[in-house]
Amino acid sequence: MEKVFERPKALCNVPLHYCPGCTHGIVHRLVAEVMDELDITGDTIGVAPVGCSVFAYNYFECDMHEASHGRAPAVATGIKRVHNDKIVFTYQGDGDLAAIGTAETVHAAARGENITIIFINNAIYGMTGGQMAPTSLAGQITQTTPYGRNPKTQGYPIRMAEMLSTLDGARYIERVAVDSIKNIKAAKAAIKKAFTLQMQGEGFTMVEVLSSCPTNWGLSPVEALEWLRANMIPHYPLGVYCDKKLEG
Amino acid sequence: MSDKVLMKGNEAIAEAAIQAGCRYFFGYPITPQTEVAAYMAKKMPKIGGVFLQAESEVSAINMVYGAAGAGARVMTSSSSPGISLKQEGISYIAGANLPCVIINIVRGGPGLGGIQPAQSDYFQATKGGGHGDYHLVVFAPASIQEMVDLTSNAFDVADKYRTPVMIIGDGMLGQMMEPVTFQSKETASLPEKPWATTGTKGKREHNIINSLYLNPEDLEKNILERQERYNTIKANEVRYEAVGVEDADYVLVAYGMTARIAKNAMATLRKQGIKVGLIRPITLWPFPTEIFEKTAKTAKAFLSVEMSMGQMVEDVRLAVNGACPVHFYGRTGGMVPTPDEIINEVKKIGGVL
Repeated sequence: MEKVFERPKALCNVPLHYCPGCTHGIVHRLVAEVMDELDITGDTIGVAPVGCSVFAYNYFECDMHEASHGRAPAVATGIKRVHNDKIVFTYQGDGDLAAIGTAETVHAAARGENITIIFINNAIYGMTGGQMAPTSLAGQITQTTPYGRNPKTQGYPIRMAEMLSTLDGARYIERVAVDSIKNIKAAKAAIKKAFTLQMQGEGFTMVEVLSSCPTNWGLSPVEALEWLRANMIPHYPLGVYCDKKLEG
Repeated sequence: MSDKVLMKGNEAIAEAAIQAGCRYFFGYPITPQTEVAAYMAKKMPKIGGVFLQAESEVSAINMVYGAAGAGARVMTSSSSPGISLKQEGISYIAGANLPCVIINIVRGGPGLGGIQPAQSDYFQATKGGGHGDYHLVVFAPASIQEMVDLTSNAFDVADKYRTPVMIIGDGMLGQMMEPVTFQSKETASLPEKPWATTGTKGKREHNIINSLYLNPEDLEKNILERQERYNTIKANEVRYEAVGVEDADYVLVAYGMTARIAKNAMATLRKQGIKVGLIRPITLWPFPTEIFEKTAKTAKAFLSVEMSMGQMVEDVRLAVNGACPVHFYGRTGGMVPTPDEIINEVKKIGGVL
């Protein structure tokens, strides 16, 4: 019988540690499928973050480098400058990318660093048990916003895709979601496009992936996806924010 | 290039690093070390290397972390406040067992401090600086020629033991000019780095650069393995200069530029019939303990002279281990001790004044 579904070769044959219903598994799979389809696993170096996906270095078959919190784009820059013939990507959550690592993210984009960032936005700090993220929505209840995030005292959620798209160094930035089959397919296409552009030396690419965190949102996996659709997508609209040929 | 050339300390470090095969430099401007970056910015593009001005010292050291993991000979430089910012990355680099060279051209602190020479980062350099059980190998040159020679050596030591190495100078060493000679060195035979992130090419298991070990048994094992390397470093890499210690009643202890001033004081005191010697640690870590143990058997007292409020003196006391008194004299905040001040201190200790 023909095998119609199997683990991508770029994904290690190990159990993932993610909670049931967490969408990290889906995104890992998409990245691995893209590596398989482009046949680049042997030429790719990934950078893992600090956060729920800290162990991503155990899950991809390519060479991996574990960065400190927020510094993945700087670490990726160091790697890429040494091996500019390799494909270098980071995999980061919202706390990592949009709070502690904002400077590293912005300047990697401003330099037009030829790397790809996979940005998991689930509007919460997962690993530490559900605190406010820079992307937590107004009114969202978390461990550190027990009365709901009040923008007046706790700030407004950051739209990273939009913000980074204003930079001249950004080549391609798209926001996708993994809440439905249709959106998952679009997410994969975006990741593939980002990697392909990097292979062509086109510059900085980022795919922001709206993701769910059933455990810390206090919802079932299905409810979490519904919450994502009802609350996150209106604030973080899906789409291509930047797709420009860079000058010079 | 074996002719003598007149060079500023900071530029000499940069040239020495390039000659040692360093092709990647990530930095951020800060006085008084910016000439290192400026020299790299000028030279690296012409020799196929990379100079990158990062958005912060934090980013610069993390670029070093990435490049070191990727197998490159890589360096960064900064001065005290910037080195404080780099501590996170230095701890990760040590934790991931990666080689790199970090230059600290020390200025006065704490806080923004000043921009004049100081030695007040001794604790930070030798006792950790960042979090966790680790050490840097720390070289403290006292001349620009020695800066050149130690920079070259630093890359070899870093690669050999898979450890970050720091070269600690002060604003004076960075800014002054002296004639130097570069020993042309074969850089073709850089060591193999089979652990580096170079892409698996589908021919090996993936390499992982990492400092995370959630299982305490694994983390302890990792730390103990590093400790073994530290023990080898202690056995093989200790460097110091000892002058006139055999018959000395009083032994001055100083490193870097302060040692040159102390040497001057020593010469004057010797002329006056006071038997003074000098121990100049060249490696601040590992500290040259043995020469202190040996000298303490015959000396009456030690005097540690520093551009700080007394940091190295603690290691001197540990090394002397109560065998005789250990005194301290220091100026700080960018002030430099004079030979006369040192002479007076020795005479006070000797009861001559």
